[in-house]
Order: sequence, then C-alpha cells, then structure tokens
Amino acid sequence: MDLQAIMIAVIMIGVLGLVLGLFLGCSAKIFHVESDSREEAILEVLPGNNCGGCGYPGCSGLAAAVVKGEAPVNACPVGGEAVAAKVAAVMGVDAGRSERMVAFVKCLGDCEKAAKDYDYHGEADCRMAALLPGGGDKSCNYGCLGYGSCVKECPFDAIHIRNGIAVVDREACKACGRCVAVCPKKLIELIPCHAAYAVACASKDKGPEVMKKCKAGCIGCGLCKKNCPADAVEIMDFLARIDPEKCEKCGACAEKCPKKVIAKP
Amino acid sequence: MSGDRMAKKGGNMSTLSELLIIAVGSALVSNVVLSQFYGLCPFLGVSKQLKTAGGMGVAVIFVITLASLVAGMIYRFLLEPFGLEYLKTIVFILVIAALVQFVEMFLKRSIPSLYQSLGVYLPLITTNCAVLGTALTNVQEGYGILYGVVNGFATAAGFAIAICILAGIREKMRYNNVPKAFQGMPIVLVTAGLMAIAFCGFSGLL
Repeated sequence: MDLQAIMIAVIMIGVLGLVLGLFLGCSAKIFHVESDSREEAILEVLPGNNCGGCGYPGCSGLAAAVVKGEAPVNACPVGGEAVAAKVAAVMGVDAGRSERMVAFVKCLGDCEKAAKDYDYHGEADCRMAALLPGGGDKSCNYGCLGYGSCVKECPFDAIHIRNGIAVVDREACKACGRCVAVCPKKLIELIPCHAAYAVACASKDKGPEVMKKCKAGCIGCGLCKKNCPADAVEIMDFLARIDPEKCEKCGACAEKCPKKVIAKP
Repeated sequence: MSGDRMAKKGGNMSTLSELLIIAVGSALVSNVVLSQFYGLCPFLGVSKQLKTAGGMGVAVIFVITLASLVAGMIYRFLLEPFGLEYLKTIVFILVIAALVQFVEMFLKRSIPSLYQSLGVYLPLITTNCAVLGTALTNVQEGYGILYGVVNGFATAAGFAIAICILAGIREKMRYNNVPKAFQGMPIVLVTAGLMAIAFCGFSGLL
C-alpha cells in the first residue's frame, strides 16, 4: 500500500466524520426542542435506578410528570423524604409531609393455623387459585393463599412466603404498591411505618365461622375496642381496625386479644 | 421455487420474485436472531412484555430499513469509487450511529407521537449489532440499494416476529412453576433455543 492510498483513506474518513459531525451539530440546532431545564434538574436528584416503583417508565418519566404537575414531588418511593425535599426545591414548592409507608399483609393464617378445604395442585399463582370454588383452597375466603403472586411482583425482594403466608421485609419495602395491586384477596395494605399495632386479619365472617376456619382470625369480640384508652379501635363487619393516627402504642389491644391477631407489623 | 418459469415471463417479474425470495429468506428462513444470532441483547432484554417488545420491533424495522438505504448509498457512491471497500465496517458504524442520532432529533421535533411511542428503544438500537450486521450482509451478498433496503426491512421484520413471539411466551411463562435452577434467564435461553429449532422448519420453504 503506497502513501497515496493511505492519504485517501485518512482524508476520506476524516472528511466523512467532519461532515457527519457538522451535520449532527447543525440539526441539533435546527431540530432543537425547548425542554424544561427543571426536568433535567429533577432527573439529577432522582436515584436513577429506573425501578418504575413510582409507576412511570423510569426516572426520566417521573421527572417529566413532575414538571407537568401530574406527579407529586414526593412520588419517588425509593428516595423517600430526602429526594422529595430536593425535588421540591427544584420545583419551588413545599415538600409536604412524606410519610414512609410499608406494606402490611392482613393475615396470620399460616399452614398450621388455617384449615384447607381441598388440595390445590394448579399453577402457583394466587390469581389462578382465587378463581376456584370457595376462592381458593383455604377454608377462609379472606386469607392469604400463599402462592406468591406478590413475591413475583415485588421489584425489591421485600416480600416472601413463610409457612404459607406472605411476610413483608420492612427494611426492604419501598411501598411501591405493586403487591397491593396484584393480591386477588386485597389483603395487602400500605400502613405508616410508625404504626405500632395493626390487625392481621381480613375476615368479615362472624366469630363462630372464623373459629372453625382459622386459629388466628379476628372474631370481632371487641375486647380490643373496650381496652383501648385512645378510642383508636373500631369494629366493622366483625373485624377490628386500628387507626394509626389515634393509636397511642400502649399495646393493651394486643395483650387482650384472645386470638392474638393484633400484631406489631 | 418456480423461478425459471417466472423468469421467462419477463425481467420485471423475475426481479419481483427475487425480491420476494430475499424477503422471505431473511425474515423467516435465516432469521436474524434465531439462526444468525445477531441482536441477542435486545432480544432477551426487552422481551418481558408484548407491548414493549412490539415497540422495540417497530423501532428496529424503522432503523434497519433506513440504515440499509444510507449504508448502501455510502458504499456505492463513496467507498467504491475511491477503492476503500475495506473500510466499510468502520464507516458503517460511523454512519449508523450518526443516522440514529439524527433520526431521534428529527422525530422529536417533527413527529413527537412516533418519538413517544418508540421511546427509549431508538437510542438503544444504535448499539444493536443487527443493524451493522444487515448493512454488512447487504454488501457481502452484492445486493444493490433496492435489494439491500428490501433485505433490511425483511431482516428487521424477522427480528420483530421473533421478539414478539418470545415476549408472548414469556408473558405466559410467568404463571408456570419453573424449577429453581432454571428461573430467570436460563429458561428464557432454553425457550429461545427451542424457538430457533422451530424456525429451522422454515428452511424447507425455499
């Protein structure tokens, strides 16, 4: 190969690169789209792992939604209050109170405590099992089926099946709400992280009925309501419910509960 | 195939039938992912949901068709006259990367709805080896610009078909009890392998 051929190649590639570069530079100017500088600033402070926990496609999606006013400044469940404050600073609004929430499974009826009507050998998915007669193999129509639809859905590996029921890992849970959406029994609820006590049962059956089906079911006896000094417990549909805002964390309800269904989440 | 008989009817017809053979050949028989193993990364990465797989497929068709046209023209009018055919790989990389950048800017400004629906897949395709592979195959096979564009479109359509089928299978597979050792990527690779075997059946087509 003589020098001339090398020179032709070098000049050719160099000119091509230069032309393409100029072309791209010019078209960047011509086709420039005004993008909100706040969007980039928000993207900067978001965690950037594109988990989709907020419900938008990636962090850039959330940033665009925040700028448009579609999403609140504290919409990022992963970043929590620290990120919410930074986003709020960019948007020039008050961050507001962004309470850390965690998922809580309202069932304690594990393999020993809850009775089963029949054996289920179908696909290991709660949504499938729940379609069967009696709402699944568990005698209790309200209880956790334990086939782990929530486990598969969780992007943070924060929920697991232990002994036939779903258990939330409070440290890992980012309250993205995917498990809440997927549970066919509507058993999972987001509760404030500071809540000390919660009723771990969702059965609306009457007391005797519950006793037959599960050893860890709320029978609606009302002992918790009577013993609560703060009037934080309510009984509705034979099921107790604790208001975390009123609760004074004395633990009287959990102590008096004959079925031990009031748990520290 | 009845290529001979068609050739007798006239040159026009034979061009058409040749194009059809090229199209079917690169879309199904030598499928870009399943028998040539180009573009495996997006094939496995973006095939979790049918909807996103469809978006990726459309974006790939769009880019590969355009890249085949531009790369074919560059080769024909720039590289061949100067005797620089040996530089095709590096020139094609340069041109394709610039092209995708330009298309992204152009769409963002001119057709925002298409830009929105293609989303993140457009820039991702810059690094998809199927694009470069198709451009180089066109040159290797000695296709002209028209044949190259048809081949590019068909190759990309083959990619879209394969990724949509895999996404459909993966959506159904979520409800299955997969043995622990096979969970995640292994079972997807096994599925892709079985699909490749199934696509071998198309080789009797031509």
